[in-house]
Amino acid sequence: MIRRWTLLVLLTMGVCSGAMPAAQAAPLPADSVYRTGLILRDQDGRVFTLVSLRGRPVIVSMFYVSCRDACPLTVSAIERLRAAIEARTGRPAPPVVLISFDPAHDTVRELGMMAAMHDLKGPVWRLARPEQGDVRAFAATLGVFWRQRPDGNFSHNVEIVLLDADGRIVTETAGTGAPDPVFVRAAARADLR
Amino acid sequence: MRAFVLWTVFAFAVCGHAAASAEYRVVPGGTFVSALSLDGSGAPVKIAGFEMRPVPVSIGDYLVFIRAHPEWRRDRVSPLYADSGYLASWAGPLSAGPDVDLRQPVTEVSWFAARAFCAGENGRLPSWYQWEFAAAADDGRRDARDDPLRSERILHTLLARTGHAPGAAGAGRADIYGLYDMNALVWEWVDDYAAMFVNADARDPDRQNLLGFCGGAALAFDNRSAYALMMRVAALSAMGPADSSGNIGFRCVRDMQQGKQP
Repeated sequence: MIRRWTLLVLLTMGVCSGAMPAAQAAPLPADSVYRTGLILRDQDGRVFTLVSLRGRPVIVSMFYVSCRDACPLTVSAIERLRAAIEARTGRPAPPVVLISFDPAHDTVRELGMMAAMHDLKGPVWRLARPEQGDVRAFAATLGVFWRQRPDGNFSHNVEIVLLDADGRIVTETAGTGAPDPVFVRAAARADLR
Repeated sequence: MRAFVLWTVFAFAVCGHAAASAEYRVVPGGTFVSALSLDGSGAPVKIAGFEMRPVPVSIGDYLVFIRAHPEWRRDRVSPLYADSGYLASWAGPLSAGPDVDLRQPVTEVSWFAARAFCAGENGRLPSWYQWEFAAAADDGRRDARDDPLRSERILHTLLARTGHAPGAAGAGRADIYGLYDMNALVWEWVDDYAAMFVNADARDPDRQNLLGFCGGAALAFDNRSAYALMMRVAALSAMGPADSSGNIGFRCVRDMQQGKQP
């Protein structure tokens, strides 16, 4: 019940943008992926909007829990990217939001189990499922596409995307091999905001 | 007085609805083998029944849509959702031009825009399988793909039209479902088009765009005589979701409505 109520409040806030906190009052840039207005729920059951990520750079990628092959590789690729960024700057690397494209199966419980299995701790790591909004359109803005195969698994590609503080795409990498130096340099830039 | 206001509102809702949505046609479910080996060669694919717009969305339909949803005007659309080719040949943001036949299929629309249009009439873009399943029909058969004369006719029409603006939709003959122009007038966006070019399990992401190169998609065809389909898939494979092309339009599908018998 409380969860439903929270969702309703968030939805209302989304509709009446006048209710936004003052710090986020400036309109989103035209090319901000936060314009897709997704509402998400993380592994701790907390509901949040894409726009609430505004204010600092974020690393975003997409996955599904029952994925055995590409997704664990993506998690370790992001860990290596973050380590490389921190080695370069001496500061904490941007936090990570992993968004499921299989909300039918990826419940809060599933997300929590995956976080525990890979030792992914908040607030740096947020695993989230879409609650409201067009997740396929959001994914397409990141260049992520999937289709469900008859056996229930997904054909999908992997993009690890660096967003600036306003949700604009800075750079992206597929995450194979050594950490992409372009990605690491971009994330390490002091003026990235 | 109140009754009158109520009636006006009601009439507006009904008429508004009629103007905004086309008369969808029923495509009963069935099983077929796709010409694309997306999920294993020769594996039959089960398609649930659905409803489809009989003709591609027209310029007139699209004008109605962007008047109601001005965020999709070419001068207001987010660059995330449409590139500079979006409705580029139109005379203005709300005018296709004085000499343009409004019954022509709308083209120069991005995948994002096409999805938004369909969502606006409670529909969605078809999946590739839904589109291919429906497009297999002719006026007498649900699967006419093994007819070499039909393939030749489609290819001939397609080549004759290359380089010309698409003519008015619905001018030809309806197929067995009552659908027009499925194969030769314009290519059409499908919802999962980009995922058709993704590697089967993404374990090898360096190679995942192999089929994304124009023409490479032909490699995934089981039946290489389906040239018209190959051209279609090659055209889609070259597109990003915000890209627009003068040859690519769309039509929408929706779930089977209650009360209609397949």
